[in-house]
Order: sequence, then structure tokens, then C-alpha cells
Amino acid sequence: MFDFISFFPRAVMQSIPLLYGATGETLTEKSGNLNLGIPGIMYVGAICGVIGAFFYEQAVPAEQMNAILAVLIPMLCCLAGSALMGLLYCFLTVTLRANQNVTGLAMTTFGVGFGNFFGGSLIKISGADVPSIALSATSGFFAKKLPLAETTGWFGKLFLSYGFLAYLAIVIALGASYFLKRTRLGLQLRAVGENPATADAAGIDIGRYKYVATTVGSMIAGLGGLYYVMDYANGVWSNNAFGDRGWLAIALVIFTIWRPNVGILSSILFGGLYILYLFIPTGTFMAMKELYKMLPYLVTIVVLVITSMRNKREDQPPESLGKPYFREER
Amino acid sequence: MHKNHTAPLFHITKRKTLPWYQAWLIRGAAIVLALLADAVVTTVLTGENPVAVYATMFSGALGTKRRIWMTAQELAILLCVSLAVTPAFKMRFWNVGGEGQILAGGLATASCMILLGDKLPGWLLLTVMLVCSLAAGALWGAIPAIFKAKWNTNETLFTLMMNYVATQLVAFFVIVWETPKGSGTIGIINQKTQAGWLPTLLGQKYLLNILVVAVLTVLMYFYLSRSKQGYEISVVGESERTARYVGIKVGRVIVRTMLLSGAICGLAGFLLVGGTDHTINTTLAGGRGFTAVMVAWLAKFNPIIMILTSLLLVFLSRGAGEISTKFGLNHAFGDILTGIILFFIIGSEFFITYKLSLSKGAKKEG
Repeated sequence: MFDFISFFPRAVMQSIPLLYGATGETLTEKSGNLNLGIPGIMYVGAICGVIGAFFYEQAVPAEQMNAILAVLIPMLCCLAGSALMGLLYCFLTVTLRANQNVTGLAMTTFGVGFGNFFGGSLIKISGADVPSIALSATSGFFAKKLPLAETTGWFGKLFLSYGFLAYLAIVIALGASYFLKRTRLGLQLRAVGENPATADAAGIDIGRYKYVATTVGSMIAGLGGLYYVMDYANGVWSNNAFGDRGWLAIALVIFTIWRPNVGILSSILFGGLYILYLFIPTGTFMAMKELYKMLPYLVTIVVLVITSMRNKREDQPPESLGKPYFREER
Repeated sequence: MHKNHTAPLFHITKRKTLPWYQAWLIRGAAIVLALLADAVVTTVLTGENPVAVYATMFSGALGTKRRIWMTAQELAILLCVSLAVTPAFKMRFWNVGGEGQILAGGLATASCMILLGDKLPGWLLLTVMLVCSLAAGALWGAIPAIFKAKWNTNETLFTLMMNYVATQLVAFFVIVWETPKGSGTIGIINQKTQAGWLPTLLGQKYLLNILVVAVLTVLMYFYLSRSKQGYEISVVGESERTARYVGIKVGRVIVRTMLLSGAICGLAGFLLVGGTDHTINTTLAGGRGFTAVMVAWLAKFNPIIMILTSLLLVFLSRGAGEISTKFGLNHAFGDILTGIILFFIIGSEFFITYKLSLSKGAKKEG
């Protein structure tokens, strides 16, 4: 029988990095920037957190650790690293008016390389005396479940058995949704993404909105990388383990038709599709598993095609997505 | 909202087109600066002096005859993929699905080798392989194009997703055909008979690949700059509306161009599987589909200049590979160096298109 009680929490844990990535990318895309650097940024966020945690663990023995510091240091490092990446993207595409796709791809090359390089060489560079990066002590603080998780049976397993970053992801997604839909700033941000020329004429500082939205979006996405390595992977860094989740997050943005609150449920659906192959019995024909792994991508393509066919205005990508805006070249 | 408009520090004006040598001077300067930045990064991380680092890189990429051939082979394949994506980009169709199209072509080649290897005579097998890989790549490229042409479906995201569908398809067949069972790899196909292996010319394994791509480069140059179809591509890229006014069927141009783009990616898969690897796995494309986007863009879609830009990227990755081996660092080091260089070149385009001048007046609306 299909074991939902063990399936659902694993789907949720898969979904959290995707949700962070998708929320961040949605904010970014609402400003008209199609940031294909998100996969790289999530790597950078993850490895910066790891570097922070690594040095904290080197400096303080496990039993003297302060829970707040153990969480704050990796988080701040992660946010700082991903913010820098976001700023770099903006500097190149907004200030220097470079092509967004090319810049994004270059950032992904750089970011993935950055993550794998420091993941593989951190020990050698810092001269520390440990065999591999396994941040079990700090990761323990990240992965701490809610207090009632063990005693409430199936309810606890389904809803309470996650680290705090998982709940933060949901809060951020809801917050982003509220911001985009209900606040004045959110409205103006959407105007920038839909029709920058009109927004400009209305006195909105296009450049500033693009910078802020993209940088904040990158920071949110970076947290997804942090969750993956500190909570999901128990603080163990292995190169390329994060895989193509960054691209999947970009796919999720389409799937949610640019709505972060929809993202909460659909990321769990995606997470579920991502690991469904583990739960479907295939008998001896192991190769079928590989076809099941296609599902999230196929579903995304179907959604992409359907939304473009139905051509409903509220389901479309931001009108000026991926297009540069320079006042003089209107 | 803040209302206090201070005058911007700089004034940005669009240049009239720069003479080509000045534009290349700026790009050259950007590369030099980038190499300096790379040297600083390398020195900080390895403690080696920068000159020694570049000497290491140079020897890694071009140090021995074997390495030169390897570099040339890598160059040929990357160039091939870059040529493939170029017509699509000129049309402003963002084909980031090169990975998937290469895999589709490679998979077609591999399946012909496996299924028909002992059934067809050599020349016929090679022909069938070539036709199948071109068709597979073309199909993979045309699917997003048809939807783009008909319903304006976002092609960047569609082609991106097609990469992973192709990856899983390859993963599926790798397990179906794995030898020995349970190894998770296909192994060298037709090791004994060498059926479906591209012939070696003059004793050089890679020479045929290189020649094929060289011919392709010239053809693509003339296709884009001299043919009617190439002209239609540029018109659609400049403005779809103009294209419609002058009677170009935009949808047809989009699908036709993506058939071509995908087919050439398929060719790259054919060359990789039939010519060099003789096997297939999910990392066959190795990120080339993405790197090619940057190569093509850096070369401003000029096939001849693309030789240089792909050489730059191949040199960097092979050179950085040598550095990481020599200093016991992780191989991803090359990606960092490449990334830095790309940032500099991407940034430098601004100074080619625009002129900066310090603004004089204190209060002046931008």
C-alpha cells in the first residue's frame, strides 16, 4: 500500500528548497528580471552557510554551542552571499544593461562552481584537521523538530516534524503573496515588471525596484540552499548533491503562475513528484524509475503550454519579463 | 517615494557605432582585467605566484601534443553547439535547450549503434546514425518552437524543461542497455567490432570531428550573412512586426530555424557519441548547451569570431583543470575562473554601446 504518512513528510522536505527558490524568483520576475542565475545563487547561499557553520564549529566545541549563534551565523553568511550574487546580477543587467539570459547563465556557472569548489576544498584551504565537511552540531539546531512532533502521532509526523526553516519558507511565501497583491509597493513592483515605461512615467524609480526585488529574491532563494544542506542533508556537503533543484524552482514559478501562495502547495506537489519514483513499485524493471523522474518537468511543460493557450491575462508572465528597460531606448 | 532627484554622477549616452577595432580593444581590455582578477583569486587560494599559475594553465591546455588535440576536440564540440544556438538567438529565440538537443542526438546515435551495430554495413550504419541524430535533435528543438509560433509559449522555460526530459530519457535507456547489468553505465559500445565508430583520419581520433565543425562554421557564416533564410532570421530578430509587414511568415521562420538549431545540436551529440566517447550517459552534454549561449553571445553571433570565444572558454576550463590537479584543489575551480571572465566581458559590452561622461550641472533632471 502507498504509505502516505512516510511519503508526505519526505515530499515536504523536498519541497522547501523549491519553495524558497520559487518565491525568490517570483519576486525577481515581478520586477521584469528573469534571473537564470537562481540555481547558482542557491549553491552560493548553501556554501556560504556551510562556511559560516564550519568556522563556528571549528572555533567552539559542540557542547558549548549557543543555539542562537549556531543558527544565526550560517544564516547571515548565507544571506550575505546570496545578496552579493543578486547585487552582481543587478549591477550587470540594470546598471550595465547587459543581457539577462547571458548574465544569469554566467552566474549559474560561477555559483555552482563556487559551491563545489569551496565544498571540495574548504578543508584544504583552511587547514582544518577533519576528514570531511559534516556539520552535525550546527545542523542539529537547524533540523530541530517542533516540541510536540514525537507525541502527537500522525499529526505530528505530517505537520510538526520539520526544522524551523521549513516553516519560515511558508511564512515568507505568504508574506510575498500579501506584499505583491495587497500593498502599494507590491503594486508598483508589478507595474515595473509589466510595463516599465508607464511605471517610469508615473514616477517609479525602475532601477531601484529592480535592484531591491532581485536582491531580496536572491536572498530568499539562497535560504533554500541553506535549508537543503543544513537540514535536509544534515550538514553534510557533497558536491552537486543539490542537483537541478534550482532549475526546478524556476519551473515552479511557471507552475504557480507567479503566485507565491500557490507555491506552498504546488512545491509540495513538485517535491512529491520528485521522489514519487521511490514509492511506486516497479518490480524488476528498474528503468521505469528514471521515467517517473521526468514527471515534474513534464507537468511544468503542460502548465506552461496550457497557460499560453488559454491566454488569460492574469496567468501570464510579467509582460516585460526578460526584456531590458532603458529610458532612452523606449 | 523619495522625491529629491539629485543629478546622476554620470551621464550615459548611446554611442554611434564604434569602429570595430575600438570595440575589440575594449573587449580585449576586459579580458586582460579579468585575467588579472583571476590571477588574484588563484594566488589567494593557492598561494602560488600568478605567472606560475598561468604557465600551469597554458601547459594544461596546450602543453603536449595530446593536450592540444584534446583542446581542439573540446573546442570543436563547443563551437558546434554554439553554431547551433546562433540562428535561434539571432531570431531572439532563447534556446537554452542545447543540452537536451545534444542528448537527443546522442541517444539516437547510441541506439543505432546498439540496435543496428551488427546488422548493417559500416557506411550505411554511419549514415543511419547521422540521419537519426539530426532528426532527434531537430525534433527536440522544434517542439518548443511550434508552441512558440502558435501560442507564444515562453521558449526559454520550455527549452529548459526539455533538457531534463531528455536527461531522464537517457537515464532510462542507460539502465535498459546497461552492461554489465547493475553497473549503471552502458560502457563502450561495440568495443570489439567498432561498429558505428567514426573513422580516424591520418591516425588522429579527433581530426574528423574538427574538420566537420570547421566546414560547418564556414557554412553557418554564409547561411547567416548571405542567404535569404539568414536574412529572414535577422528581420524576425529585429522586429517581428516588421517581418510581418514585409510578408515573412514568422511562425514558419521560427520553426524552421529551431529545426536547424536542434539538428546541429543533434550533430554535436552524434560527434560526441560516434566520434569520441563511444558511450552515452546523462552528462554527455556537460553543460555545453549553456556555455554555448555565452560563447555565441560573446561573439556577437559571428561564427568566425566564435572560434576565438570558444577557444577562450575551452582554454580556461582545461587550464583550470590542470591547476586544480596540480594544487590538489577541486575541479570546479575552472568554473569560478570562467565565471569571473564572463562577468568582465558581459560588463564590458556596456562601454562599447554607451559613453559615460561626468555630468556637470548639479541639479538637472536625468
